[in-house]
Amino acid sequence: MTYSQIAKRALWQDNPGLVQLLGLCPLLAVSNSVVNGVGLGIATTMVLTASNTTVSLIKGAVQPQIRIAVFVMIIASFVTVVEMIMSAYFYDLYRVLGIFIPLIVTNCAILGRAEAFASKHDPLRSALDGLLTGLGFALVLIVLGAFREILGQGTLLSQLQMMFGGPPSPGLVLFGEKQGLLLALMPPGAFLGLGLLIAAKNFIDERTDS
Amino acid sequence: MKVINGTLVLTVFAALAATLLAFVHDKTEERTAFNERAYLLRSLNLVLSPETYDNDLSSDIVHISDLDYLGSTEPVTVYRARRNGQPVAAIISSVAPDGYGGPIRLIVGVNYDGTLSGVRAVTHRETPGLGDKIETARSDWILDFTGRSLESSSREEWAIRQDGGVFDQFTGASITPRSVIKAVHNTLIYFAAHRAEIFERPQSDHETP
Repeated sequence: MTYSQIAKRALWQDNPGLVQLLGLCPLLAVSNSVVNGVGLGIATTMVLTASNTTVSLIKGAVQPQIRIAVFVMIIASFVTVVEMIMSAYFYDLYRVLGIFIPLIVTNCAILGRAEAFASKHDPLRSALDGLLTGLGFALVLIVLGAFREILGQGTLLSQLQMMFGGPPSPGLVLFGEKQGLLLALMPPGAFLGLGLLIAAKNFIDERTDS
Repeated sequence: MKVINGTLVLTVFAALAATLLAFVHDKTEERTAFNERAYLLRSLNLVLSPETYDNDLSSDIVHISDLDYLGSTEPVTVYRARRNGQPVAAIISSVAPDGYGGPIRLIVGVNYDGTLSGVRAVTHRETPGLGDKIETARSDWILDFTGRSLESSSREEWAIRQDGGVFDQFTGASITPRSVIKAVHNTLIYFAAHRAEIFERPQSDHETP
């Protein structure tokens, strides 16, 4: 498989958030603002890249019977590493994302890539696949986060200080919070937003096919 | 042979994973502990200005259980502020057990004379846009507690306007403010009855019992 094929599949054709619909739980729960989306997106991408690379490096040494156990152990270790690093260097973001950092372990997209791709391809391709699949997931998180943040709070990129430090930042205030659509911030808003995104993707695909 | 091989491979990977985790833990432990303390102190200083005390507030703690007045079956943490060894104020992490979305965890700063030095909601699951006005990021409502005491308002006045009290209500959410007001009022009653005892008790360990 060529690098550009990998990129096209990871970011668009087989996007984990829009097509495979893997990892929906964190995707729907954390996508209420851009900053949260970026935070979880980066964490997931880091884990996915590291786990794909490692799985690809060890694929010859592990018997098929125990591979899943080994994959899960690798993924869980990297998630814990990312969690410890976040609690040391991005403490505020770590507090906001809370349980969804350890829950990256249960994101099926990660085990899915280890099993379906990394265990059959060389380390370089696997690393690229992990990185781009993670980015594909992160992009959905960010777009959905922006959509919900704008509609719900009337802001964009609020609380940016959680990632870059500095004083609390209100972000771009587009309109007052009072006019915000509460629904967008609540769980149903996440489902509706994701549904609209998937519809938009399918619409674009149909247009380009015909 | 196959079984032994599998066991061996798993063992090696478990050992490698454990080594990696131990290494990262060792590198980040100190910074994480520092962050946690800084975060705790930052929230405590929101309800009690740091100029008023000179002791190590985040470790001068006692754990107290009182389901009726402090709202939790678990012991709650009380941080004791002193200046030159004399009691100045206590910060009580009491709980409003009957919030709309479950318990609302508060920190209630009470000066030794029984006036409130500040109240903040620490964690809650109130409805976004309605009940979450107890957060300072959403509205100034909770700042209205500062300076009040059992003497400043009668028992009936510790309520939202709708119920004949002195506190503003929220449109569309009356359970949340009622629950917070009741919890703060109960905390004040508890403090008034036990304040000498709170400051005399020996310091608890840092860990929750």
